[in-house]
Amino acid sequence: MPSSLEFERPIIELENKIDELKSFAEEKDIDLSNEINKLENRAEELKKSTYSNLIPWQKVLIARHPERPNALDYIKLLINDFMELHGDRLYGDDPAVVGGIGRFEGRPVTVIGNIKGKDTKQNVARNFGMAHPEGYRKALRLMKQAEKFNRPVICFVDTPGAYCGMGAEERGQGEAIARDLMEMSALKTPLVTVVIGEGGSGGALAFSVADRILMQEHSVFSVSSPEACASILWKDGTMAREAAEALRLTAQDLLELGVLDNVIKEPLGGAHREYNVAAKLVGQEISTQLNELQQYSIETILDNRYKKFRAIGKIG
Amino acid sequence: MVLEFFRKQKYVTVKADKERRDIPEGLWVKCSRCSEIIYTKELDKNYKICQKCNFHFRLGARERIEMLADAGSFVEYDSKLKSGNPLEFNGYDEKLAKAQEITGMNEAVLTGEALINGRHVVLAAMDSRFIMASMGSVVGEKITRAIENAVEKQYPIIIFATSGGARMQEGILSLMQMAKTSSALAKLDQAGLLFISVLTDPTTGGVTASFASLGDIVIAEPSALIGFTGPRVIEQTIKQKLPEGFQRAEFMRQHGFVDMIVTRDKMKQTLANILSLHAKED
Repeated sequence: MPSSLEFERPIIELENKIDELKSFAEEKDIDLSNEINKLENRAEELKKSTYSNLIPWQKVLIARHPERPNALDYIKLLINDFMELHGDRLYGDDPAVVGGIGRFEGRPVTVIGNIKGKDTKQNVARNFGMAHPEGYRKALRLMKQAEKFNRPVICFVDTPGAYCGMGAEERGQGEAIARDLMEMSALKTPLVTVVIGEGGSGGALAFSVADRILMQEHSVFSVSSPEACASILWKDGTMAREAAEALRLTAQDLLELGVLDNVIKEPLGGAHREYNVAAKLVGQEISTQLNELQQYSIETILDNRYKKFRAIGKIG
Repeated sequence: MVLEFFRKQKYVTVKADKERRDIPEGLWVKCSRCSEIIYTKELDKNYKICQKCNFHFRLGARERIEMLADAGSFVEYDSKLKSGNPLEFNGYDEKLAKAQEITGMNEAVLTGEALINGRHVVLAAMDSRFIMASMGSVVGEKITRAIENAVEKQYPIIIFATSGGARMQEGILSLMQMAKTSSALAKLDQAGLLFISVLTDPTTGGVTASFASLGDIVIAEPSALIGFTGPRVIEQTIKQKLPEGFQRAEFMRQHGFVDMIVTRDKMKQTLANILSLHAKED
């Protein structure tokens, strides 16, 4: 594994040892299955104890793991006949947002996602998943199109946030996000959002005014990145670990705060360890939620969507 | 060390003038743009605009309402609504208490209904002295309730925005207020009611990225800073200085995000004219 997080290392070292032992046993034709079994059990236990005791900052690191499956991976594994559609019809096509149409379990759907790259080259092309206004406007165009053709919309959220640059400001970053929020709240088709990595600030919220907000168990969603929070509040960007703690940004926190509808399990060790398993779990949950939503009339769906966001927040 | 004491200094220290310190605080104020010294009473009479350079001083929410509403017509909504500390964020309680003391308000936005030249409106004004008028649960709730009241009473709504963005100390709950207020505006939109958004210095972050940008008509005060990301963060990100006037009201009008720039002395008349053009009873 080319990149591993610090707390993953003992597990990965152990797994490498097991692999070595296996190939050694095979090569020399010796039966070491007892030893291998023992080590495998130990690795399993180590994984369990590590991943059930992650601190928020470690969750942030997993959520940002460069090998974590991105929206295109989930699209590949869950959506048949996917066709990517480009452009906002106003300015350009934002490579930090992927959108298109395809089939999910046989039914036509519109899929929209933030998209990061997995290496530097891809990340430069994708602007590290940070969208410009044209990204949010492309998403809105595809959502309106989904409404017209009665297709449910599935959104995958994974972004550090909306891009902070001159062009983004000149083209109305704030207005683009605001418009998404307002239009999504009244969009006459079911919307399901899955946070698959990092849900950063307004840039993530722009795809999250949905009937169901779901998060993978090691994903995070917050008002700002822990680094930005630390630098704004304590003028010290290095206190990100503390900020991650204070912001209550894990899936488990959001469920408790009444923002989330459900947490989606990940394979042991995180989604990046087993793409197929991760996608299967995500697919099952989307399916359950879409099936449930389809029992309601669109009026009821819209009414419930309004009530859902209306109720979020805590007064003194 | 000792020699240091006798060495001639390269600069002259001027002792603060005693008499100057004796001037009662608040009688005079210095314009932060042109440095003109202005008599406070004159400034107040002139809508807190510097007569020399047209600089618009920041206004408190109550002053704002007083300048706009017909005398005695303002009826406040939800004045008792107060923020808790839902995430038990360290230092937040103290911050709230201090802001309440400075402003005499319970939260960063004042909402209610009033008459403007005899016409009913719902009004909201944010106050930047209250934790930079950042939006937490209560700000979101008050604005949402104001919009819902407008829908119920079939009144137009005017919101005077100023904000540093979402309130960090309430985490994700703050972020979700953007969705909440925008959803309420969708209802207002469906009801065919007018929303005038007035952007004042500064309007940034989550407020720009939600209700403040969604007006049927968007007005800005001259040279107000309006943007999503604050200029300091952009400069840090792109590692270069931003050009003069970047993200100012005039820039935002040029780029198509503001309908008009209105000076404060003409604000009430302008709003009254817009209200009149949208009046249903006429």
